[in-house]
Amino acid sequence: MHELSLCGAIAETALEHAAGRPIERIRLRIGHFRQVVPETLQFCWEVRVDGTALEGCALDVDYVAAQVSCNGCRSTTTLEHPLLLCGSCGGADVTMTSGDEFLIESIEVGSARAKQVR
Amino acid sequence: MGRFHHHTDGDGHQDHGHHDHGHHDRTDGEHDHHGLGDHSGYETGTERIMVLEQILGENDRIAAANRAELAASGIRSVNLMSSPGAGKTTLLAKTIPALAGRLRVGVLEGDIATSLDADELAGLGAQVALVNTSAGFGGECHLDAVMVRAGLDRLVLADIDLLLIENVGNLVCPAEFDVGQDRRAMVYAITEGEDKPLKYPVMFRAADVVVVNKLDLLPHLRFDLDEFHRNLTEVNPEATVVELSAETGEGLDRWLHWLQSV
Ligand SMILES: Nc1nc2c(ncn2[C@@H]2O[C@H](COP(=O)(O)OP(=O)(O)OP(=O)(O)O)[C@@H](O)[C@H]2O)c(=O)[nH]1
Ligand SMILES: [Mg+2]
Ligand SMILES: [Zn+2]
Ligand SMILES: [Zn+2]
Repeated sequence: MHELSLCGAIAETALEHAAGRPIERIRLRIGHFRQVVPETLQFCWEVRVDGTALEGCALDVDYVAAQVSCNGCRSTTTLEHPLLLCGSCGGADVTMTSGDEFLIESIEVGSARAKQVR
Repeated sequence: MGRFHHHTDGDGHQDHGHHDHGHHDRTDGEHDHHGLGDHSGYETGTERIMVLEQILGENDRIAAANRAELAASGIRSVNLMSSPGAGKTTLLAKTIPALAGRLRVGVLEGDIATSLDADELAGLGAQVALVNTSAGFGGECHLDAVMVRAGLDRLVLADIDLLLIENVGNLVCPAEFDVGQDRRAMVYAITEGEDKPLKYPVMFRAADVVVVNKLDLLPHLRFDLDEFHRNLTEVNPEATVVELSAETGEGLDRWLHWLQSV
């Protein structure tokens, strides 16, 4: 749904950090709870960077599984569905331990200096 | 949209070779520039720069500024979210006159295609400003902090006690975007089926209050209210629940009471 505006935000942050150097790759960490559709994100990224300084820049996404830890029986469940329930005891008193990541982790920039030398 | 997206290749990575080079150290602080340019990076001509910023960080900063400005003006605010057609505009039309003389209401209207347009809501005694959501690619599917920021500029904040923000009808995106509201209210219509909380848990979890609307239709539907409540409790046990009919006004008092307690 809003993948295109996410791509806009990603592009702006990346360009800020690159400080003028060409960006070849952007690495993201996105939890499954963020409801991002991977194919849509890639498609929107192509649309967003087409004809801009970021054209050709790859978007690498680590999709992080959603996990909850049960406050009752102490077990950990990797969620197949977005239902916050313990997989062992069925309890609802759980704490989300991963899955809501929404991070621009790093970028890879071309180094003009390295390219020139030798 | 709205599904729990599982990565199809099973391990959650789209690019494996990439892990082999570069120092992958997530414990580093922000803006830590790794010295890859001196080693392998020198040969390949690339350098990895750690960014470690939230994707929606800029939105969140503007939302915080909106929140601060609203607080400075003594305004309490509610972000009204729902699927398309659940009854947000109808509820606003009932709410505004009912609060007359008690609270001065302002409305930010993200739903520009409504039949009850801004003029009609304004005619009921509220200050209303439209929020342009079409700035994005083929129209936006949610309000973000920047759009609300622009909307606030078109309201006389000194004359408002309670700001009601009608978000775009959508059960996915609006929950992700903080716009600077004090509370999130979700309008759910019983015509949508009992399983909606299970299918859209992110939205239902985000809500401080869930308005169960269109209750006047209960006799005409095969709808199990208890099952809906069980599903909602599973996803968000803390939510306040208000059952009403925006059409007939039945149950509206509890909603008004909640609004006044925001
Ligand atoms: N029977 C019944 N109909 C309702 C009720 N509330 C709203 N409606 C009807 O539902 C339809 C949609 O209502 P709106 O208020 O426009 O819904 P909305 O959430 O603002 O819709 P969008 O802004 O397009 O997402 C209209 O035809 C309303 O008359 C209700 O309590 N009972
Ligand atoms: Mg509406
Ligand atoms: Zn959206
Ligand atoms: Zn358990």
